[in-house]
Parts: sequence; C-alpha cells; structure tokens
Amino acid sequence: MSGVRIAILDYGMGNLRSVEKAFERVGVAVERTTDAERAERAEGLVLPGVGAFGEAMRRLRALGFDELVRGRAARGGPVLGICLGYQLLFESSEEGSATEGLGLLEGAVGRLDAPGLKIPHMGWERVDWSQASPLVDGIPTATPFYFVHSLTPRPAEERIVLGRSRHGESFACAVASGPLHGVQFHPEKSSAAGLRLLGNFAGICARAGAAA
Amino acid sequence: MALKRVIPCLDVEGGRVVKGTNFVDLRDAGDPVELAARYDREGADELVFLDITASHERRETIVELARRTADDVFIPFTIGGGIRSVSDAQAVLDAGADKVSVNSAALARPKLIDELAAVFGSQCVVVAIDARRAEAAAAGSEPSWEVFVDGGRQAIEGRDAVAWALEAAVRGAGEILLTSMDRDGTADGYENELNRAVADAVAVPVIASGGAGRLEHLSEAIVEGHADAVLCASIFHYGRYTVAEAKATMRESGIAVRDWS
Repeated sequence: MSGVRIAILDYGMGNLRSVEKAFERVGVAVERTTDAERAERAEGLVLPGVGAFGEAMRRLRALGFDELVRGRAARGGPVLGICLGYQLLFESSEEGSATEGLGLLEGAVGRLDAPGLKIPHMGWERVDWSQASPLVDGIPTATPFYFVHSLTPRPAEERIVLGRSRHGESFACAVASGPLHGVQFHPEKSSAAGLRLLGNFAGICARAGAAA
Repeated sequence: MALKRVIPCLDVEGGRVVKGTNFVDLRDAGDPVELAARYDREGADELVFLDITASHERRETIVELARRTADDVFIPFTIGGGIRSVSDAQAVLDAGADKVSVNSAALARPKLIDELAAVFGSQCVVVAIDARRAEAAAAGSEPSWEVFVDGGRQAIEGRDAVAWALEAAVRGAGEILLTSMDRDGTADGYENELNRAVADAVAVPVIASGGAGRLEHLSEAIVEGHADAVLCASIFHYGRYTVAEAKATMRESGIAVRDWS
C-alpha cells in the first residue's frame, strides 16, 4: 500500500493506539492527528471513538473535524467510521437527550432492542454480508468480529447496508455509501479478519487517490 | 448471543511469563507479548495477563506490558494484578488494554468497582473471584463456596462467593472471572457446580477458571457450568493442545465458537 497515508482523527474519545498499530501491521502509513489541516493531506480518514455521542460531536466541532469529514466525503475522499465514529455519520442519536450527528447518512442511532440480553453488547459476533464490497473483500460471510456497544445506527436506506449482526434485533453493523464507510465492530480488535478489513480500506483509499 | 470464548491466561512477573513454556518456535518463550501474539494467530478470542510482581515498580511494568501487547496483538486483552484505583486502571487502559481485572482491592474496598464502572463503563471492569468449597455444613445441604485472597491462602470472613459475585455485578462489574482454588492446578476439570451457581445467579458473563486438563473440560464448563468463556493456562502453555484444537473440540460439542482467523 505504498504511498497511501491515512489520518486517524484524534478528538480525545477512546484509545487510538490499537487502530494505529493495526494499520501499521498491514503496511499502511498512518498518523494520529488533532489537526484538521494535516488530516486534509491524507488519502483516507478514519473516524474512531468510544464514549458519548453528544460529547463526541462537541469535540469534533471544536477541532473542525465535522467540516473536514463533510468536505472530504463531498469530494469523494474515503472515510471509515469505527464504533462511535460509525454512529456519528448518521443524523441523530437518542443517547441522553436527542443529539444531532454529522448527518452524512440518513437514519438515527438508537438503543439496541435486546429484551433479556445484556447491554452493552460485548463479544465476538458473526457478521453476515448483505452485499459484496471492496471493504469486505476476501472476508467470508458469517465471520465473527468483536463488538462493544449499547446503541446502533438504523440506516434509512437498506441499500447502504453491507453487513448485519444480531443481538436481540438484527442490526446494520457495516455500511458503505459512496466514499463513506462505517462499522459498528472493532476491526482493530478482530484479529486477522479485522486487519483484512483495514487493509481493504487502505486499498479503497489508494484507488480513490489515484483517480483524483 | 455472543460466541463462547477461549481465553489463554498468562501469569507475568517483572514483565516475564512466570511459568516456563516449551514452544520451540518462539524466539523468547518468556516474553508475554510474543506468546500473546502466538495465541492470537491460533484463534484465541481474548487474553488475560495477571501480574504477580510484588515490588513497587509494578505499575510501570504492567503499563509497559499493556503498551507492548497493544502494539502487537489484535484481540481484546485484560490486565489484572496491581489495579487498586481508578488511576491505576486509567494507566493500563490508556496504554491499550481493553479491560482491567480487580480482585483483592475490590474485596478490601467494594466501592472501587462502582468507581471503575462509572469512569470507564462496565465493559472495562472484570471482577476476579477466587473461591474454595466450604466444609459441608450438614449432610444434604446445598454446597457453598468461600471467597479467598492471597493466592487462596486466606479466607475472607463471611464472604460467600455467589453473594460476592452478585454484589460485584450490581456494583458494575461487566464480567466475573471465577477461579476454583480447589481445582486450580489439578487438571481435573473446572468446578462446574460453582460455575453454574454463579452463572445462574448473575446477569453478566462468567469466565470459568481453574482445573482445565483436557479439552473436554472446556466444553463441560460451558455446557454444565453455564460459563460464557473458559480461561486456560497450562494446557496451552506447555504445548499439549493448541487453541485451534480446543475450538474444534468445543464445536464438536455443539458450542458456537469463533472459527475463522
């Protein structure tokens, strides 16, 4: 993946070291940054994060990351949201009082409907692909990924859903819409399958960079 | 329902694996990170590091261990031993650990569990319980288990293991790591009566520990002990079985495990 640079947006929500090291493991140059201008020069953006939706949005705005992600996506620059970063791509979250998200994907984030099951949903869960995508290339359907979450986006359009998993309800745990990609699970904690997915994302960035 | 997990456990002292391993393909079999990476490749679902360093440099060594592990291992891992405060937990979580495990510090001050859960979320908090079967009170009475500390040498007066697990879960533990001190090191199999008593009492996952000697024991802990995960040390460390073989045996018993890597 020579030449591709990926910026991991560091806005103080969760540990980013594993994401950084996972990209390095698959031979991709990455940089954690709090600087939107520096991130602008990378071929791909990763929006990670764990924690509260509202606090995350406040911090994104404070660093100018909201405009960065919107601008990049509008110009076709690949973006990968992970866990909370995936949820932030949507319009709103019901976490706490209703909070506005980046609104790049239609739909709202809501609490998992899992009567009798433990929340947060934590552990290895199989993911069934709904369609083929460069993001999940080479990863068989029903491959388990590692999840830690209490909420999940509910995309308005089923056509953007790449994969589904189940905790009580069936939920969309991977999406792709043009340059925007999002996964609810943690690829950086999902062993070989997760590393493959991150390598695939770097490939998407390389092709987008070559086409630009 | 999340897949059932196989979790190798590494005892670490001063940054080195305590019990020797006899893997011939490792450059340095005493390096916990190299061993951890091997288990990741074999299909381990998570890892637990228990630091038994007795010195005051302990915190630095576990932070360094967490950092090196996060650099090389891409499955969730837990660090236990020496976590006595929110700031201890913060240090190892910042270094890349996914969860912390607390045992004697939580017994000494149960509110520590509430504090850790409030700051980091229950998903980061594992409460480890060392239990020993109590002397039978009378013939025909239900079995009970007492909580021990100090490597099983000292009983905590009046602490029933099932009651303590319940309290820990209510205070915010996300998981219970339950070790039978009677079975630990025996290779006779997990104490599934204990596992079942705790697993049926609490709403959070229970990790069975202590006594694994054969691969069938792992399936038994899930099926008979109602555990969500099995912790293993010596059966993997000495190369008798691989994690992949353990998974295969569990799958044959009809247990859903992660099988792609």
